[in-house]
Amino acid sequence: MKTQHQVEQFLYRQAELLDAKQWQEYIDLFAADGVYWVPADPAHKTWEGMPAIFAEDKNLMTVRMQRVLHPDAWSQRPMWATNHVVSNVVIEKTGANGDVHVRSRFHMLELRRDDVRHFAGSYRHHLKKTKDDYRIKLQRVDMTNAQAAYDYVLQVWV
Amino acid sequence: MLQERVPDLAKFVEPDRVRREVYVDPAIFELEMQRIHERYWIYCGHETQVPRPGDYYTVQIGRQPMLMVRGKDRKLHVLYNRCPHRGNMMCGDRHGNTGEFFRCSYHAWTFRHDGALRSIPMMESGYAGTRFGKDNPDCSMKRAARVESYRGFVFASLATNGPGLLEFLGESRIAFDDMCDRAPEGEVEIVPNCFRVIQRSNWKIFLENQLDALHPSVVHQSTGRAAMDVESRIKKQTGQAPLSYHMLSAFAAVTIEKWDGFQTLNYPYGHCILTGYMGLRPKDPDTLAYEKVMQKAYGKKRMEEILGVNIHHVLIYPGLSVQSALQQLRAVRPLGVDRTLTEIWHFRLKGAPEPIYRRSLAYYNLVNSPATLINADDLENFWKCHQGLASDGGDWVTFGRHFGRDLDNGSVVETGPNMGTSEAPMRNQMKAWAKYMQAAA
Repeated sequence: MKTQHQVEQFLYRQAELLDAKQWQEYIDLFAADGVYWVPADPAHKTWEGMPAIFAEDKNLMTVRMQRVLHPDAWSQRPMWATNHVVSNVVIEKTGANGDVHVRSRFHMLELRRDDVRHFAGSYRHHLKKTKDDYRIKLQRVDMTNAQAAYDYVLQVWV
Repeated sequence: MLQERVPDLAKFVEPDRVRREVYVDPAIFELEMQRIHERYWIYCGHETQVPRPGDYYTVQIGRQPMLMVRGKDRKLHVLYNRCPHRGNMMCGDRHGNTGEFFRCSYHAWTFRHDGALRSIPMMESGYAGTRFGKDNPDCSMKRAARVESYRGFVFASLATNGPGLLEFLGESRIAFDDMCDRAPEGEVEIVPNCFRVIQRSNWKIFLENQLDALHPSVVHQSTGRAAMDVESRIKKQTGQAPLSYHMLSAFAAVTIEKWDGFQTLNYPYGHCILTGYMGLRPKDPDTLAYEKVMQKAYGKKRMEEILGVNIHHVLIYPGLSVQSALQQLRAVRPLGVDRTLTEIWHFRLKGAPEPIYRRSLAYYNLVNSPATLINADDLENFWKCHQGLASDGGDWVTFGRHFGRDLDNGSVVETGPNMGTSEAPMRNQMKAWAKYMQAAA
C-alpha cells in the first residue's frame, strides 16, 4: 500500500508540474538516461529507430523547454493552458531493487486561444527507485486519439 | 454560375502581387479544385504503400475521395471510392486490404481491383432486361482518368487530356531522382507511418512558405537557439553532438544573409526548387560507411555526382513538398478554403546502412511529427495569414522581394546571385496559378 501511495503521489506531482508549466522541475523527474516517448503507433515496442510523436531524452526535452520559454516561440504566444487528470493507477511489477512498472490512465484538456482539445490515453511508467523517491526511466504515452489527424499540433509533453 | 460570381481572374494576379480573395473566397476555391487539383497530376502515394494484391489506401484528390489499390495483376489502380449503385463509399477505412475484390457494405455489389463490376446480387432475377449489368460501364467503379508513376511515386489525373506526368513534372522530377539515387539500390521504400496535421489556412499559404528562405530565421529562431545551446553543451561534454541538433540549430545558425546565398529555381506549372545544404555530408564514421556502400554501387564519379546534389526543398505544384536529401515529403490535401490537411511520410534508402535512415527519422520526428519543434510556428503564422487576408484591411498580398531581378531564361527563372530570399517562387506559383485558372475547361 505504501508503494501504491508513493507512486500515485509521484504521478500526480508530474501532472501538476505540467499544468503549472514548471518545465525544469518536470524534466528533473526523469533519470539521467530517462526517455519520454509517445509512439506513432500503439503496436510499436521500442522508441529507438521508430517514427514517434515524441521520443526525447533529457537533452531534447531541454531543447523543447528552452524553445517554449523563448520570447519568440510564436505558437505559444496565445493564451494556453492544460489540465491533466491521472487515474486507474496499477502497479504491474515491483523489482527487487525497488523499481516499479506502473500503468495509469490520463485525460488532458488543453485550451489554446479559444479552442479546447482533449487528449486521453494511458501512461506506462518505468520508475527507478532512488533514496526516497522515484525517477522516470521510461514513460510511454499511448493516446487513444494519437492516430487521428491533428488539428494543430502538440507543443509540450502530454 | 460559379464563373459569374468569380470576376475576371486575370485581374487577381499581377507579377508582384495577388488579390487576397485568391486565398479566402470559397467560390475561387471551388474553381481551383475543378481547374487545378482535379485536372493535373496529384500525388497518390508510393508503390510500396500497397505491396500485396488488394492493399489499398484512400486519398483525396481535389474534392474527390479516391482509392489507390494494388490489383491481382500487381498493377496499381486509382478509383473513385464510391459504389456506382447508390453512391455508397466503398472503403470506410483509411487503408487496408480488400481481399480478392471490393464488396460494397450496402447491397453487396462486388468489383474487381480495377473497378470493373464483378457481380450484383440477383443479377438475373432482379436486373434481367434492365440497363444494369456488366455491359454497362456505369455499373463499374469509376477510374481516375490517368495514373502514372515515376520511380515508385504514383500520381493520378482526373482529366483525360493534358500533359503526361513526366512532361508535367519537368525538372521537378529531381525530387524523386535525388531521393532514389541516394539509395545504393536506386529505390526507396516507404516507412508505413503517416503523420496527419491540419492547418487552418488556405493550401497556397503552405506551398508559398516552403521556399520562403527568409522566414526560417524569423519564425524558427526559438527552436534554433534552444537547439544551439544544448548542442554546444553536448559538444563540450562529449566532443560531438548528434546531427539531429544541427538540423534544428541550423534554423538559427543560418542567418538571413546566408539564406540569400542559396538559390531558387522556378519552373513551368508552378514547380520550384530551393537549393541549400544543411551539412548532411559530415565526415563522421556513419557517413563514411555509407559512402563506401554508395561507391561500391555506383563507382566514385557517380557517387560524387549523387551526393553532390544540393537541394533543400522541391515543390511540386499544386500539392507536394519533397525534401529529397532527407527522404521525406508532405502531401497537401485542401479540405476547404481555410482548412488544409498535410500527410507526412518518410522513406528508407534501400541498401543504405541503418544510421542513414536514423538521420532521416530524426528530422521526421523533430520537424514533421505532430509534436514538431518547427512547424508549430509555421502553422501559427499560416492561421494568422489567413485571418488577416479574410479582413478588409487591405486588398493585396505582395511578393516584391527582389522583384525584377530574377534571371529568366525561358524554361527556368533563377534568382540572381545572393538573392536566395527572393519571392520568385511565390511569383512563379501565382503565375502558374493564373494560367491554370484561365485555361479553358
